[in-house]
Amino acid sequence: MPSTTRRETDFMSQQAPEHPVAVEISSDPAEARKIQEEIERQLQTTLFSEKEIFSIKLALEEALVNAIKHGNQFDRAKKVRIAYKVDKDRFDIKISDEGCGFDPDDVPDPTAIENLERPCGRGLMLMRYYMTEVQFSCGGNSVSMTKLRNGSK
Amino acid sequence: MSSQPPRRRRLEVEDIGDVTVVSFTDRKILDEQNIQVIGEQLFGLVDESGRKRLLLNFGNVEYMSSAALGKLITLNKKVNAAGGKLILCNIDPQIREVFEITKLDKLFVICGDEQEGLQKF
Repeated sequence: MPSTTRRETDFMSQQAPEHPVAVEISSDPAEARKIQEEIERQLQTTLFSEKEIFSIKLALEEALVNAIKHGNQFDRAKKVRIAYKVDKDRFDIKISDEGCGFDPDDVPDPTAIENLERPCGRGLMLMRYYMTEVQFSCGGNSVSMTKLRNGSK
Repeated sequence: MSSQPPRRRRLEVEDIGDVTVVSFTDRKILDEQNIQVIGEQLFGLVDESGRKRLLLNFGNVEYMSSAALGKLITLNKKVNAAGGKLILCNIDPQIREVFEITKLDKLFVICGDEQEGLQKF
């Protein structure tokens, strides 16, 4: 458990912005990395535990990789739009790509014995496990995720 | 090209008998950018250097994505095809949970520490 005294002090002196942040990046993992680092920096000023921050980071990585790699096919001309809000008890993010979309229900269960040795297909599962809520929209082009502090994971 | 990570050595490799112990040089690794390079270096140990008994020490690893799991699965197949064995050790509890969630703890041999791993070969 993190020191609540230090965390509360950090929170009061350097709060994450209370307004949503909206950015647009090209389909470049390096640009996504910068956004991830900024989100992590803001999360460190909240009351989220280290385990919860790990959870958000992992789900965020999976969602951004999906947008860049599967949605936009690494086409640098295609954009990824990211809108997020960091509160002391809650993190919300929406990630949208410019790909053809997909049906999340079509993704096979990666834990099924016949799929266990496939090198890919685990991203959605990890997003759903680590975030409080995951919802797809726009034919699969957008994913919205929420993490509540002191949730089940 | 500007987004490509520098192709420096990402692995520390030590041979103990006929077992190759592999450690990772970076803490925050195994994300999509780094894992491509790390995967190539891991595969090279088997494909080019002919190593068959690999013990991967995750002692330095703080963070891992599903892309890394994919590389480990491919590495496991290469090692098994070569008649060898792959063992993982020293995995942080949060990372271990990723293996458990994805049921990959059933696929890989996972040990507590390096000494236990060496004895498993």
